[in-house]
Amino acid sequence: MAARGCGGVWRRARQRGVAGPGSGPDPSPRGQRAVACNTRGGAVPAGKSGLAPWVPVVGLEIHAQISSNSKLFSGSQVQFAAPPNSLVSFFDASLPGTLPVLNRRCVEAAVMTGLALKCSINKKSLFDRKHYFYADLPAGYQITQQRVPIAVNGSLSYSLCIDSKMSQMVTKIVRIKQIQLEQDSGKSLHDDTRSQTLVDLNRAGVGLMEVVMEPDMCCGEEAAAAVRELQLILQTLGSSQAVMAEGQLRVDANVSVHRPGEPYGVRTEVKNINSLRFLAKAVDYEIRRQIEELENGGTILNETRAFDSKLGCTVPMRDKEGKQDYRFMPEPNLPPLILYDAKSLPANMNHQQVINIDWIHERLPDLPSVKREKLVEQYGILPEHSFTLLNEDGLAEFFESVVKQTQMEPKKVIGWILNDLLSYLKQYSLTVKESPVSSFLLADLLNLLEKKEISSTAAKQVLAELWKGEGKTPLEIVKEQKLELLQDQKELEQICQAVIDEQENEVIMMVPG
Amino acid sequence: QKVSVEVLDHLEHLALVDFRDSEGVERLQKAIQFADQLHVVNTDGVEPMDSVLEDRWCLYLREDNVTEGNCTKELLENAREKVEEYFVAPPGNIPLPKLEERDSFLQGS
Repeated sequence: MAARGCGGVWRRARQRGVAGPGSGPDPSPRGQRAVACNTRGGAVPAGKSGLAPWVPVVGLEIHAQISSNSKLFSGSQVQFAAPPNSLVSFFDASLPGTLPVLNRRCVEAAVMTGLALKCSINKKSLFDRKHYFYADLPAGYQITQQRVPIAVNGSLSYSLCIDSKMSQMVTKIVRIKQIQLEQDSGKSLHDDTRSQTLVDLNRAGVGLMEVVMEPDMCCGEEAAAAVRELQLILQTLGSSQAVMAEGQLRVDANVSVHRPGEPYGVRTEVKNINSLRFLAKAVDYEIRRQIEELENGGTILNETRAFDSKLGCTVPMRDKEGKQDYRFMPEPNLPPLILYDAKSLPANMNHQQVINIDWIHERLPDLPSVKREKLVEQYGILPEHSFTLLNEDGLAEFFESVVKQTQMEPKKVIGWILNDLLSYLKQYSLTVKESPVSSFLLADLLNLLEKKEISSTAAKQVLAELWKGEGKTPLEIVKEQKLELLQDQKELEQICQAVIDEQENEVIMMVPG
Repeated sequence: QKVSVEVLDHLEHLALVDFRDSEGVERLQKAIQFADQLHVVNTDGVEPMDSVLEDRWCLYLREDNVTEGNCTKELLENAREKVEEYFVAPPGNIPLPKLEERDSFLQGS
């Protein structure tokens, strides 16, 4: 992820004699509709042509697969990679006579997520049918929550580095419009050679939380950072494993540009983005494409585009038959979903049939933002450090484990974790779990350094040796490579004297000065 | 008012329903007229009802256990075409031809 922020992207546009966005002061306070990515400090001057800059606007629709054993409305299993059509019930296949039965765990997951995103939880929410025809949607409609979703009006704070040295972070806020429960569709495998589609319904009916983020973002970097934070939150809550590569987290971006002071431009929807890196690229490409198109006197079509990762661009999606009319109607087979809190809890009702929002709220784990603050407070490290610690799976735990096992100050330990250990992991594309150097070994090494038995340079050498994973302890390596620091005063004096004797001339020249 | 040809065409595309002839369209008109009687009642300030159960909570919540699935063979029994346990479908949606191109629209009207 480029740490340079939006300035880097728009510079290219400026070189062509066109002003990038962000000229002039930012009239709206942060957290409200973002005017432009000019928070990198100072007003950006208008381009050579003197034209007003463009204001890009990015909103996101994120579908997160709920982490549950069974599906949203049926008892078939939720599992990635299984024989085709083996995890499908009669309801999932939309056979006549079947009815939806709501999974309690899915509701709890949505409530947890809504609370974590500071939403109002609707104590009464409704289910609707969204109709469209597609081979992987056997019923011809998707059960969703269009009229009254389970949670509304929240917000998500996320951080960005505003320079490439990762030394300064800025916090941004994106508003959460709503969270709704809905069904996932099956999977279509297109076989172009035989002009047919193969349909696997294993995924059909899996519970999804759709999180709608308001268009408060203005570039690919912000979009990726917001999604990353959401991903961490979902993983901390356990409501979704949110692994993008496995399709557990899917993002659609809505992108438009307009001149400051004018109404929003026509937006396009960009789909088929399956990593954070591609999300940033796709959004930035689409913004550039729209600006170029408009500056050449063209217009933007309200269309759906797909991101082509190989070419690094967005292309119009085939099979788009104009504006869809989904003919929303209430789902007649599901009464309203009623949630309770401590006050409204009914006296004599079966526990299993009641969901208590306050009970769930009390049991929410520490969110990433809270964990970061605690790390900073407890260990005296910088916010940027705790940001990186949480950004890498297992790194925060590794760091804390080392701190426990060593006398070295946490403020010094963090340097070894972030500069040395992390760069080795990145170099060899390893996760923290796969590290050949355990927290025990690293702590052992740092203890030697702390006791001044070796120098810092020697310690780095030992770490390189430890990385080979040959099972040697730091002490063994130190002895092998004779890296011990001399502790004996007399011996040191002898060596210094010998050096001075050898370099007599230089010493004579130096002494008068 | 009568239902326009454009609306009929739009409905046929959306719902893949075939009104077939003037009799079918007439039936549609009568159904709309029947439903329009609802407008006779003044519903200003009245919340629409979602369920006759009203506030009596009745949406059953199921425990998150795996109780179904593993019936691939049965499910594929009714499939006209299958390939290695996959259902087979055409490469994409086959849209209804446009109004001008259809010769069967409202046959007999």
